[in-house]
Amino acid sequence: MLPVLSVSNLKTHFFTRAGVVKSVDGISFDVNRGEVMGLVGESGSGKTVTGFSIMGLVDAPGRIVEGSIKLNGRELVGLPENEMRGFRGREVAMIFQDPMMTLNPVLRIDTQMMEAVLAHESVSKQEARTRARDALGKVGIPSPEERLSAYPHQFSGGMRQRVAIAIALLNKPSLIVCDEPTTALDVTIQSQILAEMQKLCAETGTALIWVTHDLTVVAGLADRLAVMYAGRIVESGGIDDVLDHPIHPYTFGLLGSVPSRGKRGEPLRQIPGSAPSLARLPEGCAFRPRCTFQTDACCEAPAAKDYPGGRMARCCHPLNATEKAA
Amino acid sequence: MSTPILSLTNISKRFTKPLDAAAKLANLVGATNREITVHAVDGVDLAIARGEVVGLVGESGCGKSTLGRVVAGIHAPSNGAMRWKDKDVATLTTTERKAQTLAIQMIFQDPMSSLNPRLRVADIVGEAPVVHGLTTKAEKEDYVDQMLTQVGLDPTYKRRYAHQFSGGQRARIGIARALAVKPEFLVCDESVAALDVSIQAQVLNLFMELRERLNLTYLFISHDLGVVQHISDRVVIMYLGRVVETAKTEELFARPNHPYTQALLANVPTLESRKKTFALIKGEIPSPINPPTGCHFHPRCPSATARCKAERPALKEMAPGHLSACHLNG
Repeated sequence: MLPVLSVSNLKTHFFTRAGVVKSVDGISFDVNRGEVMGLVGESGSGKTVTGFSIMGLVDAPGRIVEGSIKLNGRELVGLPENEMRGFRGREVAMIFQDPMMTLNPVLRIDTQMMEAVLAHESVSKQEARTRARDALGKVGIPSPEERLSAYPHQFSGGMRQRVAIAIALLNKPSLIVCDEPTTALDVTIQSQILAEMQKLCAETGTALIWVTHDLTVVAGLADRLAVMYAGRIVESGGIDDVLDHPIHPYTFGLLGSVPSRGKRGEPLRQIPGSAPSLARLPEGCAFRPRCTFQTDACCEAPAAKDYPGGRMARCCHPLNATEKAA
Repeated sequence: MSTPILSLTNISKRFTKPLDAAAKLANLVGATNREITVHAVDGVDLAIARGEVVGLVGESGCGKSTLGRVVAGIHAPSNGAMRWKDKDVATLTTTERKAQTLAIQMIFQDPMSSLNPRLRVADIVGEAPVVHGLTTKAEKEDYVDQMLTQVGLDPTYKRRYAHQFSGGQRARIGIARALAVKPEFLVCDESVAALDVSIQAQVLNLFMELRERLNLTYLFISHDLGVVQHISDRVVIMYLGRVVETAKTEELFARPNHPYTQALLANVPTLESRKKTFALIKGEIPSPINPPTGCHFHPRCPSATARCKAERPALKEMAPGHLSACHLNG
């Protein structure tokens, strides 16, 4: 079956006065129908820029310099803006971290939602409003009819994020890119949103890319996991494989940094140092200066290698696994 | 338990927005504008022993930060008494009061907005100890070096400004500043919330190491149950200004009693729970301007009864050291 989204060797670079910042530097992955892919990384690892690249939202001084993004078989890289507008919102939608920044504060919810419907389909205003109301009901907003005529500031943080999700769902896209949508929310509200997303994906077969820095959230939600470091995917694979038997030392370090049951009071296994600046990356493997396993072999950038179970990692000193025979 | 280093009795903090002139004028001609009062903290009792790490957990707006600020002396409580080393803080002499304020230091969430952007690190860390006579102007440089080394920062960076550091380093500067006045008690308000996972682990390790080395007591405020479980000896759960449950960490995570605690624990994502169906807890935290009657949690509670709507439940001891405020316990 054709994957919903197929990204190959994508490179998005920013040409700044301080030099070329390689935010995304040659990443490849596929997302299948109804699948949830977690994209994990720390700040500055390029996970958000990946999302923006898929949406065609990369602004100057940045641009996609190489690679391809295929959505349902159609190439998105190099598509003129007027054609891209037809895709954006209809076939691929994005939910951002802060819903206060994405909703227009001076327009009522119904205006904003109907606009999204009417941009892609010629239906009557009445029909558009009905769809907006149904979408609000679907994401668990009580009395959607009355709430339609409210302004964004009249909603709480969790409710605003639900509105953003409802807008993303309006045109039944085949892929939704979620950029840390629950990071700003409380634990109980976060799990309400996660439950809604899980249900909606199962019902509609929408694929999700869940961008986050929080491994614990994707552990409960994702089918597959890709770990980004300094613009590259350093490891990917099935969620259980990656979390239980990480191959890349960075994944191993990240997992050790998460406080969890059974480790109480013990020192956490920390990764020394901090993430490198993307404008001045070390030669070879970008993780080398922080890695406990580094040798001279790491001075050359490690190639992506395949491992059993559909896994991939970029490391000269893989943990927990033997390389798949070529 | 020996005498607690700090004890709070029935502490409340209310914030009132006074009426402006227009509203007062409107009232004269028959309008009914009233002052808005937020009950941020509502009758909290808490005792903390020397050397203990108490985790204070709750969702946004539950009053955990306000309680932390009352403890650190930034806000005066509207009601109730605070005792420090068995002396009522309200009756301390000026000198004693100064010593007490210095002994309790606070570390804030966002190091960028709590560090003065116009000062060099040497002054951020060194100003307070000079003012309070812990060191002299001549020895300030050495003192600052010592403080920075203690939190794992290179002292050669002390001529830099706050914006020249990464998030994790800024967090360390915030800790160094608090430690510079030789405190015995630290209030950490979401001190690791803004950090990346790998940096968060480094700072948590630092907190635990400093506690051993300097015999510190912590009030560790966080919304992240994973972090609190990792670092605390005892956990206090707050909901809308009140303490709903408190117990030793293992006890609380093994046998949560209050329905809110149970819901909270069920909703915490962990590395171990894969492809789980997320449990639903209904609704959102109500406004502290107009809190529900009786038990504050009753509108969201799956087992609420008529009594929960009418009567405020008191904290009752379920097991030694395990207190819970719920009518279901009889």
